[in-house]
Amino acid sequence: MTMSVSMSVNGKTVSGNVEARTLLVQFLRENLGLTGTHVGCDTSQCGACVVHVDGISVKSCTLLAVQADGAKVTTIEGLAKSAEQLHPMQEAFRENHGLQCGFCTPGMVMSAIDLVKRHNYEVTEEIVRHGLEGNICRCTGYHNIVKAIVAGASAMKAAGV
Amino acid sequence: MAKIGDRIKRTEDRRFLTGAGRYVDDLQLARCTHAYFLRSPHAHARIKSIDVAAAKAAPGVVEIFTGKDVADSKVGSLICGWVVKDKHGQPHKAPAHPAIALDTVRYVGDTVAMVIAETYAQAKDAAEQIAVDYEVLPASIDPVKTLDAGASQVHADVPGNLCYDWELGEKAKVDAAFATAAHVTKLDLVNNRLIPNAMEPRAAAAEYDRGTGNYTLYTTSQNPHVARLVLSAFVLGIPEHKLRVVAPDVGGGFGSKIFIYADETLVVWAAGKIQRAIKWTAERGESFMTDAHGRDHVTHAELAMDKDGKFLAFKVDTIANLGAYLSTFATAVPTYLYATLLAGQYTTPLIYCNVRAAFTNTAPVDAYRGAGRPEATYLVESIVSKAASEMKIDAAELRRRNFIAPDAFPYQTPVALTYDSGNYAPILDQAMQLADYAGAAGRKATAKASGKLRGVGICSYIEACGIAPSAVVGSLGAGVGLWESAELRFNPTGNLQILTGSHSHGQSHETTFAQIVSDKLGIPMDQIEVVHGDTSQVPFGMGTYGSRSLPVGGSAIMKAADKIIAKGKTIAAHLMEASEADIVFEDGTFKVAGTDKAVPLGQAVFAAYVPHNYPSDKLEPGMDENAFYDPSNFTYPSGTQICEVEIDPDTGVVDIVNFVAVDDFGNIVNPMIVEGQVHGGIAQGVGQALLENAVYDKESGQLLSGSYMDYCMPRADNLPSFKLGYQVTPCPHNPLGVKGCGEAGAIAAPAAVMNAVRDALAQVGAQDRIEMPATPRAVWEAIHAQ
Repeated sequence: MTMSVSMSVNGKTVSGNVEARTLLVQFLRENLGLTGTHVGCDTSQCGACVVHVDGISVKSCTLLAVQADGAKVTTIEGLAKSAEQLHPMQEAFRENHGLQCGFCTPGMVMSAIDLVKRHNYEVTEEIVRHGLEGNICRCTGYHNIVKAIVAGASAMKAAGV
Repeated sequence: MAKIGDRIKRTEDRRFLTGAGRYVDDLQLARCTHAYFLRSPHAHARIKSIDVAAAKAAPGVVEIFTGKDVADSKVGSLICGWVVKDKHGQPHKAPAHPAIALDTVRYVGDTVAMVIAETYAQAKDAAEQIAVDYEVLPASIDPVKTLDAGASQVHADVPGNLCYDWELGEKAKVDAAFATAAHVTKLDLVNNRLIPNAMEPRAAAAEYDRGTGNYTLYTTSQNPHVARLVLSAFVLGIPEHKLRVVAPDVGGGFGSKIFIYADETLVVWAAGKIQRAIKWTAERGESFMTDAHGRDHVTHAELAMDKDGKFLAFKVDTIANLGAYLSTFATAVPTYLYATLLAGQYTTPLIYCNVRAAFTNTAPVDAYRGAGRPEATYLVESIVSKAASEMKIDAAELRRRNFIAPDAFPYQTPVALTYDSGNYAPILDQAMQLADYAGAAGRKATAKASGKLRGVGICSYIEACGIAPSAVVGSLGAGVGLWESAELRFNPTGNLQILTGSHSHGQSHETTFAQIVSDKLGIPMDQIEVVHGDTSQVPFGMGTYGSRSLPVGGSAIMKAADKIIAKGKTIAAHLMEASEADIVFEDGTFKVAGTDKAVPLGQAVFAAYVPHNYPSDKLEPGMDENAFYDPSNFTYPSGTQICEVEIDPDTGVVDIVNFVAVDDFGNIVNPMIVEGQVHGGIAQGVGQALLENAVYDKESGQLLSGSYMDYCMPRADNLPSFKLGYQVTPCPHNPLGVKGCGEAGAIAAPAAVMNAVRDALAQVGAQDRIEMPATPRAVWEAIHAQ
């Protein structure tokens, strides 16, 4: 069964016809070509597909596209203000070498931003480590991701984002 | 200008951080179909019949292929590229490995049919309508029992499921030394089976150009040229020049993407058959089932010592599980990458190792981060710590007594390798200082007072990296040379492309390689582009594994840079009307020594492309140099890790309270990147020690740990932050003096963690009752076993 779906993605209104079983991540990747959101597992464990739906971090493999009908979705492609100016959390990952192969990175960054906001921009290493339970990285051993998120939290607060 | 040693931020980060990376599954090929592989649900079964009629009629289905179609099409067997000769000089058993099973399936996940449809969902739906009639057969799952008489045979042409019975060293001399020993420490050890789990699942997309007859395969490969060679020369018979293999951004490999699998083989073959593009991306469940697994050794070892703890001899008997079929380099891992490392950092004069490699009805096993060297290190460093405990000698002190002395290099070990350089005692000293080793006993007592068990574990590792001198590996059975190639291609406007045969899938080559060239040639980083992963762009390459990219690939780049400088000198001498002998190259500029005359490299490059005033009698135009570098030896990174754990005896939870790693990687190009490699390696090693385990049901052969809910990946809250340190003894035989850093963390961490766990458990007499992974349950059971 095909259903029509419409939502705001990275500030633009988009719509499409999808099979009812289409996941939000499939809609983003295949219909919209927003391939920055990745699929790393099939059990909603790895977190590579995390996006923001109405401001909250969501694993986009756990949501049907039709469930996001009418929602405001932000993906990794929609974070940076411009090609020159990264989001403070993106910049913190770069500054702290918080990524290697880059595959888990979009989900990590999206989760990190929500994590920081949920803790009112005040995070410790311990809070970050527990908060990242839903995101798996195989490259970094998390050491630099944790550093990046702690630094990114301060930078977000300073930048007021 | 970037300098070697600077902490340069990564060039590749911007695209990964903004969602602009391009991984195989991100590619959109025109009129692309999608493949789904129907896989065996049985560990061992005869296929009595396959009926695809209903599936073929399902919506969107383009084509379905079975084993018969592949066989009829004369597709060759998947190959193993390393011939290991057994103790009688006979080559290993090499049973056929068809891309799609013909009449027998041999592990859960073995390919049974390929369904191609307009969408992936249609292909998957249609596959449900394929009727396969299986006659289920008994399965051999356990690597020890599979060698027993009467075990179910995995392959009819491999009697006793024995791939080879191999040895290294002189058994009689080792036995004689044991007879003189004051003390012998014995150890039985399992090196648990792991599933690599690069976060990007394997994927392949292929297209066939009817006009030219050219194939293009986009795939998640660590070595696209090797994939092309194997697919061309051995499996598909597509001429090498008609097959382009592209490995674009690849999301981690850890060894699992070295190998040439059935999946990409079938995708490229079928694209020619249906004359349309095909894409396949593994679901994580398929990755668990079909990515080549790692480790899986069962070992008995004995270490003979004199009364002072000097190692006299070491003997090792290992059974290595190779799975159902031989993966691409499977045979080399438990032999030449394992037994050759059994000397560790020590002067043990006599070593004998026997390895029996076994077939089982499980997924193929091959190289996984470290490949053989973690297995050797875990064994050596576990038995050394056990020996220390038995001899009542401090674990650090026993190691120190047996270290190869810094003036003994080059050092010939009894297991074939010649260590080129190293200085082990200062590494141990620094690690002990960073770990406050001296205070460990006090912390242990404090913990005990509050009901906790603390322990500290040391692992002093050696590895052989920079793989590898071609003649040496050729004499040991490798089917390929292990050089690397590079090309430095200047453009007339002065910017530069580095084309490298190494492949980055997280290792940061785009930064590191640009950094070494920026330093060498005095060109800003932003004027340099690193090109890798495309056989149509890069001349040749052997790829990335075995911590070889910088020692071998980087050396090729330096050789090509030397050729650029040499050519530039001739041009500059001509332009300045000076003698070539008087030209020096500094900071990107050719200068006439002792004068203020100077020609920047960019000017020489321009003159080479616009040769109006040019030494045409001596030189061709252009500034484009390539080089092949074949190392003269392996490199030998070494280091010491010290782990401290605290165990809650009520829950069995092991908490890592401190983790120190001090490494000697030779010269370091970018410390930030090297630290990242060490962190990630340690995490994988800790994962093996405490969390990860690939478990098959011993009867049915079902993979019980087939998802992230069952296979425990290290998460952020399982790990501490790490304390790192460095010592430097430059590699004496490559131009950068580098040794490689990609695997050290994973090689050393399991022994460091487990020695700490055993040290903690020794307080309750449970130190010999624990194997990896030391999960809370395993630890609790060890503590409470009577």
